[in-house]
Amino acid sequence: MSGEASIGQVHPAWPARLHVVTGKGGTGKTTVAAALALALASGGRRTLLAEVEGRQGLAQLFEVPPLPYAERPIAAAAGGGEVRALAVDAEEALLEYLDLFYRLGAAGRALRKLGAIDFATTIAPGLRDVLLTGKVKESTTRTVDRRRAYHAVVLDAPPTGRIGRFLNVTAETARLAKMGPIKTQSEGVAALLRSPMTAVHVVTLLEEMPVQETVDAIGELTALGIPVGRVIVNGARPPLLAGAKPTRAELRRGLAAAGLPSDQATVATLQAEAKEYLTRRALEESLRAELTELGRPVVELPLLPGGVDRAGLATLAETLLTA
Amino acid sequence: MDRILADPGVRIVVCCGAGGVGKTTTAAALALRAAERHGRRTVVLTIDPARRLAQSLGLTELDNTPRPVKDVNGEAGGDLHAMMLDMKRTFDEVVLQHTEPARAEEIFANPFYQAMSSTFSGTQEYMAMEKLGQLRARDEWDLIVVDTPPSRSALDFLDAPARLSRFLDGRMLRLLLAPARAGGRSMFSLVTASFGVFSRTVQKVLGAQLLTDLSGFVAALDSMFGGFRERAEQTYRILQAPETAFVLVAAPEPDAIREAAYFAGRLREERMPLAGLVLNRVHRTDLPGLDAERSLAAAAQLERSGEHRTAADALRVHAALTQQAVREERVSARFTDAFPAVPTVAVRAQPADVHDIDGLRTIGAALTTAGLAPAG
Repeated sequence: MSGEASIGQVHPAWPARLHVVTGKGGTGKTTVAAALALALASGGRRTLLAEVEGRQGLAQLFEVPPLPYAERPIAAAAGGGEVRALAVDAEEALLEYLDLFYRLGAAGRALRKLGAIDFATTIAPGLRDVLLTGKVKESTTRTVDRRRAYHAVVLDAPPTGRIGRFLNVTAETARLAKMGPIKTQSEGVAALLRSPMTAVHVVTLLEEMPVQETVDAIGELTALGIPVGRVIVNGARPPLLAGAKPTRAELRRGLAAAGLPSDQATVATLQAEAKEYLTRRALEESLRAELTELGRPVVELPLLPGGVDRAGLATLAETLLTA
Repeated sequence: MDRILADPGVRIVVCCGAGGVGKTTTAAALALRAAERHGRRTVVLTIDPARRLAQSLGLTELDNTPRPVKDVNGEAGGDLHAMMLDMKRTFDEVVLQHTEPARAEEIFANPFYQAMSSTFSGTQEYMAMEKLGQLRARDEWDLIVVDTPPSRSALDFLDAPARLSRFLDGRMLRLLLAPARAGGRSMFSLVTASFGVFSRTVQKVLGAQLLTDLSGFVAALDSMFGGFRERAEQTYRILQAPETAFVLVAAPEPDAIREAAYFAGRLREERMPLAGLVLNRVHRTDLPGLDAERSLAAAAQLERSGEHRTAADALRVHAALTQQAVREERVSARFTDAFPAVPTVAVRAQPADVHDIDGLRTIGAALTTAGLAPAG
């Protein structure tokens, strides 16, 4: 039963079953979600990495053909673990759902032919989100032979601007469906999302707009009663310049000592670059302080100079585990 | 870029690209430049500006009305208005325009309308198009600069009218509408009649109340959207006309560049005029002769000597900047190699975000300096 123990226990540093990863567009939330799925799968565990926006961002990241609506192994984690990936599609989820409860069979295909599914998910966006989050809930709580199918599920979620609405499924559907299975379904999802089994992590860069959106999103999620996990700073750069702005004389002497040209233009340019760097650093520091004030644990992931490849993802996964 | 802003034949500039690349700032800077330098009466339509940028434009409320921007130099004879799109209000206005007040009230109260007007993915795109069409029809401005919504994909903006048409022409909608068109009041006639498995399933899954609401909403859609669709198609044609210039906005990062290349391809397919690519947040060094390897080696040498700490640090800063510039150059080449004919303007990364008129002026000037300076 040692297998059960390993898959049954949550990672002490990441004590949730469902990890929802959001962030402003362009902050690298897909990369972070993938790294987290890898991290939580290490040591022989199995995790599911799910996306819900039809962007096929996971396929692009792992450089594989577009993902189907099925859970497929996408990467091996350190120590024999496995990450599976799933692109959740609202239409497929609706058909699966109808099939499960109403044994539709051919009728389901007829519905699709009529455009009914497209229609239903278009006209009632809340319904769409219930279907997407419903599928995520199902995989989070699924058991196989009385064991959990996944040690953890990591969701590459919609960006900060839409995350509150996306996760606040009950409110959206309650307006539309006052009773019936859709309502039951959405209530089940809402209960999971508001339980300690869930943590929403917000990815940001040390830039003004992403930090502002991080602050806003955490406020919104807190008000909705949805547990916020960590703030993940992506693309963090190590400090390069210890002290104050270098003087021209300092630079000139240093350049000469290193046998480099120390003409006035070179010195002036190096000084200007150092000054700009310090300005940026000061801004980053104040943004970092703003994030710390949120009172959530902050993790910093290093900028990957070579871009995000498998080795890069492994580095990020390791940082996430040790942070 | 100045040529476009000055050209009286150009009436609309559409800024598009992935989220988080400085689209709104670019749109605002171009609009300000058009007003101040080229004396054009300009309005900028923003979708979701950062709070401080909005404040700098005098946009303190989301009121869907163009407001004059203060501190704009009007010596050239131009001026600048700015407005923020209020999606729900624009939708409400469309409804009011196409139905009588009593009916409109009914529609506003319908939960499906409420859901669709505030959350329907794509509504923001339709409404941005609608607003653009309205502004264009008013003919009060020489130039309209549009910032496109922060979509899941930049392409949603182009696809909005077609999607709306498809939606309205869909078989499903027609089926649901059949009783309404036949004079029936609710969908129940339809449900109890011969619709078979679908209606029974829908009723089982969704419940009767939802069906009543849905049929009411669908009937309302039918009555008011004929005109709306026509307008969306009109706007689409304006976007294809020579009076429109598309400006792609990107940052030298793989995702943004991929999105930009994809969008450029689509514009070509749709025969929409692409004026150029704005590359924001580009890093360059003015010291290209000193490469990263040499400066890092020099820094290490100084470090070992135990002296000149600060100079060693400065050399490392320079090396990091140079490496970043090289990386960005490589990423950007994916676009420029695929679309060599598209003019590209690089705007250097600013040490801090822009949130005042002066900052926008600086960006405007950077946007209009000729061409892309080579990194060396």
